Amino acid sequence: MKTMITGNEAAAWGARLARVKVVSAYPITPQTKVVEKIAEFIANGEMDARYIRVESEHSAMAACISAENTGVRTFTATSAHGLALMHEMLMWAAYARLPIVMAVINRAMAPPWSIWADHQDSMAQRDTGWIQIYSESNQEELDAVLMLYKICEDKDVLLPAMTMMDAFILSHTMEPVDIPDQKLVDDFLPELDLPHRLDINRPAGHGSLIMPEGPVMEYRKAMADAFAGVRDKILKVEEEFREIFGREYGGLVEEYRTEDADAIAVVSSTIASTSKEVVDRMRERGLKVGLARVRYFRPFPHRELREIAKKTDMLGVIDRSYTFGYGGALYAETKGVLYGHSDIPVKNYIMGIGGRDVTPEILEKVFMDMLKIAKDGAVDTEVEWVGLIGDERWSA
Amino acid sequence: MRNTTIPEEEYMLPGHVACLGCGAALAMRYALKALGKKTIVSVPACCWAVIPGVYPYRTLEVPLLYTAFEVTGAAISGIREALEVLGQDDVTVMGWAGDGGTADIGIQALSGAMEREHNVIYVMYDNEAYMNTGVQRSGATPFGAWTTTTPVGKLRIYKKERKKPVAEMMVAQGVPYVATANIAYPEDLIRKLRKAKEMKGPKFIHIYATCPTGWRVPPNKTIEIAKLAVQTRVFPLYEVENGVYKINVKPKERVPVRDYLRMQGRFRHLTEEEVELIQKMVDEEWEKLLLKEEMTNRVRKE
Ligand SMILES: Cc1ncc(C[n+]2csc(CCOP(=O)(O)OP(=O)(O)O)c2C)c(N)n1
Ligand SMILES: [Mg+2]
Repeated sequence: MKTMITGNEAAAWGARLARVKVVSAYPITPQTKVVEKIAEFIANGEMDARYIRVESEHSAMAACISAENTGVRTFTATSAHGLALMHEMLMWAAYARLPIVMAVINRAMAPPWSIWADHQDSMAQRDTGWIQIYSESNQEELDAVLMLYKICEDKDVLLPAMTMMDAFILSHTMEPVDIPDQKLVDDFLPELDLPHRLDINRPAGHGSLIMPEGPVMEYRKAMADAFAGVRDKILKVEEEFREIFGREYGGLVEEYRTEDADAIAVVSSTIASTSKEVVDRMRERGLKVGLARVRYFRPFPHRELREIAKKTDMLGVIDRSYTFGYGGALYAETKGVLYGHSDIPVKNYIMGIGGRDVTPEILEKVFMDMLKIAKDGAVDTEVEWVGLIGDERWSA
Repeated sequence: MRNTTIPEEEYMLPGHVACLGCGAALAMRYALKALGKKTIVSVPACCWAVIPGVYPYRTLEVPLLYTAFEVTGAAISGIREALEVLGQDDVTVMGWAGDGGTADIGIQALSGAMEREHNVIYVMYDNEAYMNTGVQRSGATPFGAWTTTTPVGKLRIYKKERKKPVAEMMVAQGVPYVATANIAYPEDLIRKLRKAKEMKGPKFIHIYATCPTGWRVPPNKTIEIAKLAVQTRVFPLYEVENGVYKINVKPKERVPVRDYLRMQGRFRHLTEEEVELIQKMVDEEWEKLLLKEEMTNRVRKE
């Protein structure tokens, strides 16, 4: 069924179609419509789930953890401060190997209060052991929720995942979305069968005290190994998904017109959509630029980025967050995986902080800057903030 | 047949790693005797995260979900809702947290869980300080006590604030069953947990649990002190069902609080005047409790 819905509604539909059994969530702008929509589904008898209206995000994640550990599929959604408040429990979920799926609406962290698109919130959670994916459209958001349950609940994976979308740009914007048939989803996604669920017939301690010589380091290694296998699962599940639903997204990194590109922008989320427009316009004028849209930030697409670097003369990495004392996180990690594999220049553009508009005009300037670096073979400034008030260089 | 008043079934195996004379260990043993095998327990960070033993050993014969310090209320909410999804309504869910994990850092999650009326039992075992981390003050530490963060010292900085009345807070919230219990009164403790098990909805039980290590008393005094806590009215035994109070033990004679305080190293620094002050506080609280019992029973009858 094709319909016009917002990104928030798409996430809620994902949870509904996945037949989530326990939802535990707390409202925060711009996520509120996700939890409201789910409440509506449940109230109308369209979704058979328990809804725990917790008193905080910390409790939201804690209740998802315990419910999931009891053996049922759970879902939650949050944003910015809610996500930060969950931090402790995010690690708990991952280390307990619980395949919880959460929608995160990317929003800036305060102060000053800003509710607009910014990736600082989810970037700050990149070391919690969660799979992380950034969506570019409402359709991708819905589909990601379905695929993630399948990936995460795989016995070789058993990891939680968060799916990100940009505040307002997706969360509150209607787009045409194809809502898949429930029957097709049921065929695609089997019921959860958690091997280590709480069971009165198998009394056990789940998470008990462990000494340094106990297998704690081995647990972490097993988790690292599971993560190493996630890439292949993503590709496999996406292939299955394509066969059933006819849609695909390009695996960990979607490439857009990267063939014989002189410069490629590495970017995620909705800046990618605007960038695609710009790439098209510039290609029409014979300017050879391309785009690599990083979908999965965890696991980080090592192989893909190394291959992309081989195709071009420079990479321009656009970050919508900033790691203070270093640079953008996507930039830092991209450079990290290229070391020893590629010598092409890499430049970091910090854009869209606090929801600052990233227009096609300003992106075109960025691409022009990238082409110049590709020609010169050297980077002028490694990390540059683009779009600051009064900065003539980048203003349109 | 032996005539025992305590169920003989054991759901807590020998080999736990609690300190000698640990009241909290006894409390769990009794609680599980009351609840039986069809129980899932959740514990946050606290002594009870250590007592069951180091992996791969375990002490409890029921599933035990370890959670973060402040989340017991939320954790039991999630387990209960998931069990209902699975149709396992006959499984009892018990949150088991210390006074710190309940009165302080976990009060929000507790309050939320009780307000949402999940069918769960929340037990606060009360050793009156953060014992797992080495005897720091909690909101439930009584007035006058030494702890490592109220170390008395030259300036006589001991706990200067009253004990946070968590059970009363739960009554105020309208929790349908609130009770206090004590390891020195195991029949009463077991009866209350059984009652909680039979009742649907949220239940809150506050269990007094002597901590010889933290209170600076010999381990063989655990029960004696716990008994004195009730006899001196420092820790009255009562239950509140749908707002109506019932005091379970009304000591005939008035045992002075001094007897209780002077047994414990944590109160050693108190002057006679300070002991008198505590006596006055205890008397006052007891008077209030009697009035609450009278008042709520009258309201119920009318
Ligand atoms: C968020 C967080 N803060 C602090 C701690 C450290 N901590 C662990 S147990 C504990 C004290 C527990 O006290 P209480 O709840 O009274 O239980 P007890 O140890 O006395 O049995 C503290 C402070 C923690 N684990 N997590
Ligand atoms: Mg304590």
